[in-house]
Amino acid sequence: MSEIVLDVRGLEAGYEPGVPIVRGASITVKKGEIVVVLGPNGAGKSSFIKAIAGLVPITGGTVFLDGKDITAAPAHTMVRLGLAFVPQTENIFPLMSVEDNLKVACGILERREIPARIEEMYTAFPDLVRQRRTAAGNLSGGQRQMLAVARALIVHPKVLVLDEPSAGLSPKFVSMVFEMLAGIRKSGVTILLVEQNAKAALAIGDRAYVLVEGKDRHEGIASELWNDPVVAELYLGQRPLHAEKGGGA
Amino acid sequence: MSLQFVVDGLLTGSMIGLGAIGVTLTYSILRFSNFAHGDFMAWGTYATLAVVSAIGAMVGKVAPIGPLSFGWPLIVALAVGMAFTALLALLLDKVLFARLRSQGQAIIVVMASFGASMALRSLLEFTFTSRPTYFSRAIQIAMPVGFGIRITPDQIALLLLTAVLVLAVHLLMTRTQTGRSMQALSQNAALARIVGIDVASVVRVTWVIGGALACVAGVMIGILVQIRPFMGFDMLLPMFAAAILGGIGSIPGAVLGGLIIGLAEAGAVQLIGAEWRAAVSFIILMAVLFVRPIGLFGVRER
Repeated sequence: MSEIVLDVRGLEAGYEPGVPIVRGASITVKKGEIVVVLGPNGAGKSSFIKAIAGLVPITGGTVFLDGKDITAAPAHTMVRLGLAFVPQTENIFPLMSVEDNLKVACGILERREIPARIEEMYTAFPDLVRQRRTAAGNLSGGQRQMLAVARALIVHPKVLVLDEPSAGLSPKFVSMVFEMLAGIRKSGVTILLVEQNAKAALAIGDRAYVLVEGKDRHEGIASELWNDPVVAELYLGQRPLHAEKGGGA
Repeated sequence: MSLQFVVDGLLTGSMIGLGAIGVTLTYSILRFSNFAHGDFMAWGTYATLAVVSAIGAMVGKVAPIGPLSFGWPLIVALAVGMAFTALLALLLDKVLFARLRSQGQAIIVVMASFGASMALRSLLEFTFTSRPTYFSRAIQIAMPVGFGIRITPDQIALLLLTAVLVLAVHLLMTRTQTGRSMQALSQNAALARIVGIDVASVVRVTWVIGGALACVAGVMIGILVQIRPFMGFDMLLPMFAAAILGGIGSIPGAVLGGLIIGLAEAGAVQLIGAEWRAAVSFIILMAVLFVRPIGLFGVRER
């Protein structure tokens, strides 16, 4: 459990030179873990995770994947290096069938391996089988998220990186997505996710980081962070967390 | 009214359709209207003509194949011409379009393609003069096939060639990893990179297919009509009309759009006179944009 898969050190990144959004954030993700990155709106969570995936220019710091420096690797080489990213929105090809969405992601697999791998994804995500010929744009929000995750998993990534997988989903689908992620972790996949929905994310996570103003400000065991007063203050800037916890659930 | 317009329309439509495939691919994958596409046709045709002449100079006169007006040299030359036009498209992208594209303003790339179109055309006029020329001066006898329709062996061969090429491109787009990558790139470029698609290599494939088919369309015009530096530029409006009519990004749509425009033009020639021919594609284009802006096979962006 202690082998480090993803090691991000002092990452600085931003779209425009001289205007960093991520300002020296460091995290580690160990093999088999679910690590959650939390933070208030505008903390740079999304830019942080996109920079790791090669989608936001990195201006400082390093990213190691399995001990290999991938800081300067272009986005399209990430799946080959072992990092599969699921964007928050527009994470499927809407006009292609479900099956073609899976196939198009198989570029790095051996040709003969592909059909079996697609069947494995259908076994893991049975909802997708019935829709295999459907244009992905016609799927429900939850099914789209499943397809996006299946598409990322199909290439046997060393780490699955997700940007707010619950964003924009109805509550029913939110719990479905988190159950799905917990199930994926059980199968041995390492997961890093950014989430706005702290409660649900901490419930399935092992460790969590709180990102504030582009820096990692706090780290802890996921189950303990929920009651951590520092997190309450950093994350929400207020203290109703305990009240909610005590009164509600 | 004679039904001869059906054959004429299908032939014109095939030329338009083959050209429109390139237009629709560049538009959907590189996101700009390439006004130099017609000039790729003309360059491909002159390249093919040059190779035919070179082979003629080396091996002397070659007998035509069966009832056709041309022999094996034209087939070899067409293959060379297709490769040449593909390279020309790649080169133009590398020195011009790719640099402007990276600055992110589509309209600048469109204007650059307009400039490239004029430059390419002028170079042809400078090198070959604007006097029309031909692959063969032999007159072909058109065979009656019933219903008052006559067709020449060349026309049959070229219709078959179009069908084979269109089917091949359609299968490439829908059944191969390359084709799926092209579809993916046209739908969401950022996600295409995320799933591991090398955008630069897909862009190269797009130019190769578009350039090679432009050459075939040009050579068809050269065989059936004549070779002129303006031959491709004159096809620009019908090609864009076909691509838009069929729905941008759709290969079957581009071909069907080409056939509809070709048939409409040929019908118009019979009904209202040849001088209105060019107006037909324009009217169809306007009508489509009013009634169904996404085209026949187009899909609304979500």
